[in-house]
Amino acid sequence: MTLSLDHVRKVVNGQPHIYDLSLTVKPGSFNVLLGLTLAGKTSTMRLMAGLDKPTSGRVVVNDRDVTGVPVQKRNVAMVYQQFINYPAMTVFDNIASPLKIARISKTEIRERVHHEAERLHIEHLLDRLPGELSGGQQQRVAMARALVRDVELLLMDEPLVNLDYKLREELREEMSEIFRERDSIVVYATTDPMEALTLGGNTAVLDRGRLVQYGATPEVYHRPDSIPVTQVFSDPPMNILDGDISDDGLTFGGGERFQPPDHFRDLPHGRYRIGIRPSHVKVNPQTDVDLPIEGNVDVAEVTGSETFIHMRRGNSEWVVQDDGVHEYHLGDKLTVYVDPAHLFAFGDDDSLVASPGARSAHAA
Amino acid sequence: MARIDLKELAHSYMAMPSGPEDYALRRMDHTWEDGGAYALLGPSGCGKTTLLNIISGLVKPSEGQVLFNGQEVTRLEPEHRNIAQVFQFPVIYDTMTVRQNLGFPLKNRGMEPSYIQERVETVADMLGLTESLDRKAVGLGADEKQKISMGRGLVREDVGAVLFDEPLTVIDPHMKWQLRRKLKELHETLDLTLIYVTHDQIEALTFADKVVVLYGGKVVQLGTPQELFEEPAHTFVGYFIGSPGMNFMDCRLDNGAAVVDGHRIDLAEGVADRAPGDAKQLELGIRPEFLRFADEGEEGVPANVDDIRDLGNFQIVTVTMGDGRRLQLKMDEEKAVPSSDNARLVFPPQWTKLYADSELVG
Repeated sequence: MTLSLDHVRKVVNGQPHIYDLSLTVKPGSFNVLLGLTLAGKTSTMRLMAGLDKPTSGRVVVNDRDVTGVPVQKRNVAMVYQQFINYPAMTVFDNIASPLKIARISKTEIRERVHHEAERLHIEHLLDRLPGELSGGQQQRVAMARALVRDVELLLMDEPLVNLDYKLREELREEMSEIFRERDSIVVYATTDPMEALTLGGNTAVLDRGRLVQYGATPEVYHRPDSIPVTQVFSDPPMNILDGDISDDGLTFGGGERFQPPDHFRDLPHGRYRIGIRPSHVKVNPQTDVDLPIEGNVDVAEVTGSETFIHMRRGNSEWVVQDDGVHEYHLGDKLTVYVDPAHLFAFGDDDSLVASPGARSAHAA
Repeated sequence: MARIDLKELAHSYMAMPSGPEDYALRRMDHTWEDGGAYALLGPSGCGKTTLLNIISGLVKPSEGQVLFNGQEVTRLEPEHRNIAQVFQFPVIYDTMTVRQNLGFPLKNRGMEPSYIQERVETVADMLGLTESLDRKAVGLGADEKQKISMGRGLVREDVGAVLFDEPLTVIDPHMKWQLRRKLKELHETLDLTLIYVTHDQIEALTFADKVVVLYGGKVVQLGTPQELFEEPAHTFVGYFIGSPGMNFMDCRLDNGAAVVDGHRIDLAEGVADRAPGDAKQLELGIRPEFLRFADEGEEGVPANVDDIRDLGNFQIVTVTMGDGRRLQLKMDEEKAVPSSDNARLVFPPQWTKLYADSELVG
């Protein structure tokens, strides 16, 4: 099925939760809703599922207006943050429960439950009760129950957020396998940029109730349309600095003026906001044309393999992400280097006006 | 401020533990330095919360002692230990202002109002709460509330240690950056002993001077973030720290080198000689960051490139060796990946680690 939200708005007690949102998701597609808490991820999912009715606008499924059709009459399943299972039923019966309601034959139920359990690596747990399982296993059961029904729309609301870091890493690795070769539309909400990148598919970036960008996940990451996208879809967020272009060249973040890079060639003179990813600011120059930026260190965080350095230069704040261990302390003077080929430029309305060239073919 | 000694400390929730598996916390001897920032890191059920609760006094250990600055506190209740705690969820009074909330621990101890005011303002300034000092806590967001919780943990100058139990759980990723950075700055300026429990490696590694990695109730490594990354003492540390974790391969030894799938892989000088002769399992470990493709004309172990994943500022490449073993490489976003038919892997000896029965040989 194809699902469209057509100029959907949601207002609760006079407070807008969703502003005029239009989005179409295709059959068999995997879609990430990426946004901070209160961005409108759950509200959007509830509108898609039919759990809530939009204040205005339409929900359209395969050209049919289903606005106001309740969730029971739609072929939808939802997986939540909390692990929701029937505590008194075995794992088998938990997974089988939606099929039993649909009056499917016992043999078919057994087959489908086993098939789903196998894919989620919980086949050996079918006789156990949910309470005997770890958090990760319980969420696998909830996912199997959602998947066993062959629903047209599967909504997952931050399903891994309550799991340990490593379990999360394992499950999201598997997830792309699990959803391959399915006709269902999957919509997956998360606050974590790395989760979106690992899951792939398409990403819709939400910012305070507005859809700010939708497209293929790596494309959205590499070509953010506007400043809000650079803040939500980047961890740490992209450095954004006030700058301007004049006859004397480009300046940003209180630095010296220099020749603007090639991809800024067509920009008229004026004020801009200049973006640079923390991973493109380095402690040592990488090219002959790197620009030195002098500043003072606030704090350095060492992860063992890389270092995040927070520094400030005049009124501008910078985050530097570099490989290896670099020890710095509050107040240290530091010069870091920026390759101008990596700079982004945003206009007055925060929208993208120039971005680094197309990326090399291998990463496409 | 305090130095914390854990002496022959162990804990079982059972009345009559009969073997090591009955212990939530296996016997340990550690000294945690005064003014250090320590993170207790591990998966659920590893014992990190039990250990934190023993230090705070919520749990009395079944064996051994806890000392603060040389004074035994093993049986003392939390309120007599001179510690402050910050929990997963903000614990604050909604009807009080931010100022009253921050000052509460001081007021409770009968401190002078002028001292309270000065101290509260100092802490508020450090946490960026100055603007909202006279607002009621009720209208604030989760991250602001958690900042107040942290502020209450830090407001008393006389505490021996501040304990944090997964304090950033409820915080958005971009706020986590700011709060973590605040904590780190506070630690540098206040010189407090901080103990921080988390299952999130990034939080642990960026926050702590020393990370205590727990697994199955045992401390498998206590080291700096760099040590955990470069010299994992146990295969669990290799797996748990780093994303993705270390690659492991079963191997045998031959004349000072390791042999995997018929290929000789050189180890650092003398490592092979130190391997215990009676080890049941020998494994090679190499981090995805250190495994690399051979340059033009350089020798290497042949492998097939299965998958290249664009993860923004880096890429993860999955390769298969001749025997079907899968390994991962973490590469810069702009590095070219060789085509599948002439990919060869290089294992730099300095970063190729040998493990005997899960323990690091070298």
